[in-house]
Amino acid sequence: MKEFLLIFRRENTAANPPMSPEQIQAMMKPWQDWIGSIAAQNKLVTAGNRLEADGKVVKPGNIITNGPYVEIKEAIGGYTIVKADSLEEATEISKGCPILYVGGNVEVRAIIPM
Amino acid sequence: MNETELIPHLFRTEYSKIVAVLCKLFGIEYISTAEDIASDTFLLAAETWGLKGLPQNPTAWLYKVSKNKAIDFLRRNKVFTQKVTPAITSAAINTTEPEIDLTLQNITDSQLQMMFAICHPAIPAEAQIGLSLNILCGFGAEEIADAFLSNKETIYKRLSRAKEKLQAEKVKIEMPGTAEINQRCANVLTTLYLLFSEGYYSSSQNTTLRKELCIEAMRLTVMLTQNEQTNIPAANALLSLMCFHSSRFDARMNQQGEIILYEDQDEKLWNTELIKKGEYYMNLAAKGNQITKYHLEAAIAYWHTQKKDTEEKWESILQLYNKLLQVEYSPIAALNRTYALSKANGKEQAITEAEKLNLTGNYLYHSLLGNLYTGVDNTKALQHFQTALLLAKSASDKFTISKNISSLVKK
Repeated sequence: MKEFLLIFRRENTAANPPMSPEQIQAMMKPWQDWIGSIAAQNKLVTAGNRLEADGKVVKPGNIITNGPYVEIKEAIGGYTIVKADSLEEATEISKGCPILYVGGNVEVRAIIPM
Repeated sequence: MNETELIPHLFRTEYSKIVAVLCKLFGIEYISTAEDIASDTFLLAAETWGLKGLPQNPTAWLYKVSKNKAIDFLRRNKVFTQKVTPAITSAAINTTEPEIDLTLQNITDSQLQMMFAICHPAIPAEAQIGLSLNILCGFGAEEIADAFLSNKETIYKRLSRAKEKLQAEKVKIEMPGTAEINQRCANVLTTLYLLFSEGYYSSSQNTTLRKELCIEAMRLTVMLTQNEQTNIPAANALLSLMCFHSSRFDARMNQQGEIILYEDQDEKLWNTELIKKGEYYMNLAAKGNQITKYHLEAAIAYWHTQKKDTEEKWESILQLYNKLLQVEYSPIAALNRTYALSKANGKEQAITEAEKLNLTGNYLYHSLLGNLYTGVDNTKALQHFQTALLLAKSASDKFTISKNISSLVKK
């Protein structure tokens, strides 16, 4: 079994505006059910966390920008860590992620143990 | 109560108290001496009471006799001169009589400390349950064998090995320090949880014994909640869980000892007093900010005390299982979650989720799929029930599955 980081991104554009508190509330059940589904398969390492939209990006030469979506339109909204036998299996798990219903995507990356 | 009923009753309630107090006084290396003194006391009671009639206060009689036997032992044994004398002389100069304290307070303290000694991390988990039953609850090897569906010799050997381990590790009979109390409490709670489950889910046909196991587990958990140091939210949550579960004890089995499934239970047989107690301890468990698996399981058990199928009920149970599985995975929780999912989100989704669980060697997995497919695809349902029947071990499980099969075939 390897561990995989699932990174949730969602583009904030005119067509895809940031979610309202009501929308976020409505997302709770599908998220909990999806995380519960992974846990029921004994493939959950950590449910992870959601990230606030505000952030800073630190660059060389003491350049700090309000980020991250000054340059990147897609903001990272959160992450989860799962365990799976292969990248394919981890990808299969990600297909159930509710972010896909609201114009977001999931990046699946194998974690290299340090 | 005459003496033929009274002695077994007192044995169950007093034997473990005497052992705990004496063992605490002598040290764990003299555990068999403590047990011998307690047993000899009861033997003498059986002989004397039969001839001379019952003493006025039988419990006081037992304490007095065991006290005298303990004093004799201490006098004879070098432990007295080497260990106890210095302690006593510092406490009360010129006293030759060793103090054997059989007051309620010292009994409770000793039993609690004994509980921590038995649930010491150095003692293997499976040995802890047997030792608890034997030393803390006064169960003999035969009764333990009956509960564990094992034989007396095996249990006897297992208990002896566990006691040797307690002695070899020189486990101290004392309360753990403040720094480690939470971790040590967690160990104790795990053992009490397993002890209760052993009684509640055991396939043993001996209903009285199974009930006693549950009652003993509850009694020991109550002791934890009555001590300031160990009255932690998790202990209250565990007790709440035990109350909710045992409220259905009389409803979940018919007179033939066959399990009655939750949906078919007569809720008039549910014990409302225990349900209320469960709610009481659940409120106490809400203190603090830690949510343990006992909190989640207690909340699930609470919802099961509400017989009516409502959307809120199954949605709440589903979310609690979602959380429980994040705290600790277990195949049974995964299966129960999937059942709740079928109630909250529908059978179709539950079937897809069930098939991801990868528990094909577990008869409950096939029972669940049998239930989910019933009315959706009865051929598949039947196949799963038949696989479940092949995998199930106990007679009562086989009986339940056979009933499902025959009701499917009738349709």
